[in-house]
Amino acid sequence: MPPHRTDDPPDRGRLATSRRSLLQSALLGGYTLGSNAPLAAPATAAQQSPATNAPTDATADVAMRVALTVNHQPCSLTIDTRTTLLDLLREHLILTGTKKGCDHGQCGACTVLLNGRRINSCLALAVTLEGDEITTIEGLGTPNAPHPLQAAFVAHDGFQCGYCTSGQICSAIGMLAEAAAGWPSHVTGDIATSPPLTNQEIAERMSGNLCRCAAYPNIIAAISSVAGGSTQ
Amino acid sequence: MRAFAYERAADVRAASLSGAAGPHVRFIAGGTNLLDLMKLEVETPARLVDISRLPLRQIATTPDGGLRIGALVTNSDLAADPLVRRRYPLLSQAILAGASGQLRNRATTAGNLLQRTRCFYFYNLAMPCNKRTPGSGCAAIGGFNRIHAILGASADCIATHPSDMAVAMAALDAHVETIAADGSTRTLSLNNLYRPPGNTPHLETNLAQSELITAVLLAPPPRGAQFYRKVRDRASYAFALVSVAAILHTDGAKIHAARIAFGSIAPRPWRSPEAEHALIGQAPRCETFEAAAAAGLNGARGYGHNDFKIPLARRTLVAVLQDLAARRT
Repeated sequence: MPPHRTDDPPDRGRLATSRRSLLQSALLGGYTLGSNAPLAAPATAAQQSPATNAPTDATADVAMRVALTVNHQPCSLTIDTRTTLLDLLREHLILTGTKKGCDHGQCGACTVLLNGRRINSCLALAVTLEGDEITTIEGLGTPNAPHPLQAAFVAHDGFQCGYCTSGQICSAIGMLAEAAAGWPSHVTGDIATSPPLTNQEIAERMSGNLCRCAAYPNIIAAISSVAGGSTQ
Repeated sequence: MRAFAYERAADVRAASLSGAAGPHVRFIAGGTNLLDLMKLEVETPARLVDISRLPLRQIATTPDGGLRIGALVTNSDLAADPLVRRRYPLLSQAILAGASGQLRNRATTAGNLLQRTRCFYFYNLAMPCNKRTPGSGCAAIGGFNRIHAILGASADCIATHPSDMAVAMAALDAHVETIAADGSTRTLSLNNLYRPPGNTPHLETNLAQSELITAVLLAPPPRGAQFYRKVRDRASYAFALVSVAAILHTDGAKIHAARIAFGSIAPRPWRSPEAEHALIGQAPRCETFEAAAAAGLNGARGYGHNDFKIPLARRTLVAVLQDLAARRT
């Protein structure tokens, strides 16, 4: 795939559905991005004009270029300094698999991997991520070749509405890497040891990802099946 | 969010020089608290100085056998550090009791110390708050104050410091190392880092505008068993109602040394020399622990909804001390 650029219709995620692609094409058709438009507006029907961000004296200061890698593709964009990583992914790159839940670091729906570590993309300013590598749900697998965690969430019915799922899966990938590195958790009895990933350990380590449908037992089962962990 | 200019600091000195430009400048590292507050326009900096790339991510032993923790070491890296887990388990426990895996991966050591209160009224622009808008009043006094302070509060502010990590650091006698715009450095105890709220609760620390925390210094771990216990409304991912960091050195007949700090009951991590004095030299038994808890909470005052914190803090301390005494180290 070509690299992401502000000036082109953005790439869609590899897992995007045809319905979503159609919707995005429709939205992008009316998305009047001038070749030098620095402040791309969110791609919603109500906000198609770049003038959404009213010019201020500080306009020159708030437009800034940032180059980072998203799902192994380099991209370079000029953005408003206020843009979070979450908004950059969703509104500029149209990688809408990453969800906006609370937008305040309380729900985990926006979890992505930053240089391999899980973070809340809503609480990271994109301009601070120069040169960094981001992995989103779109970068993990395809419908024909899903990531083992994606397959496990399907096999174990690890969701109901699915809104938290991309954040759950990205978080679980980061969490499994942390556990593999021997990191303890709040429920680890002896903090000096590296505990096995029991269901209690998984629940504690995944507590930053809320599921309003309360699919937690199945989420834990899905993660546990990939971790090769105990079933207690 | 208000518009702001952004700059990436080239080095520590450049960062503090940029910080000296005025009160409209904020340093940003992990940003997990600052960006949240900027979205709500509780914080409205005109310029952000990004310090996240500065070389302050090392955890190193010091010549005296202590530890020097770089200001930008993430909460995750600090909690997982083998040396910290072995020698300062209290600190790992406290960090792991806070926030979520995602937030700990981003949040930094100095940022954790400098995080703002989670007082509901501080976050709500429609409400008066002396900490956010000096002179506007305190909506928590007479309001919903279940999470608020019972020690160290003032007539103008009853907000608490929400950190877990800082409570462990208070028990460990941590110091912060800073650099100012003129290049001068100094070290401050946590006790001197935080200011009492008094009638200026918007001034939370004794750091100058340009002063940047570069490291946290820990002395060699004191003798004794360490434990951090957090009491909260749910089992994970919630701020403490009450927490206790304690280190107890006892041979089973007598207590030789003790360190006690409370969290989430005061505007700062609350070290309690009163509780410590009530323990040292006494037999490690329930009556001693209850006397220490009473001494530690002496002068505590509830504001209605948070009255429960006084007995809760007392009982939590007694439970922690009983646990530690059983280990006899």
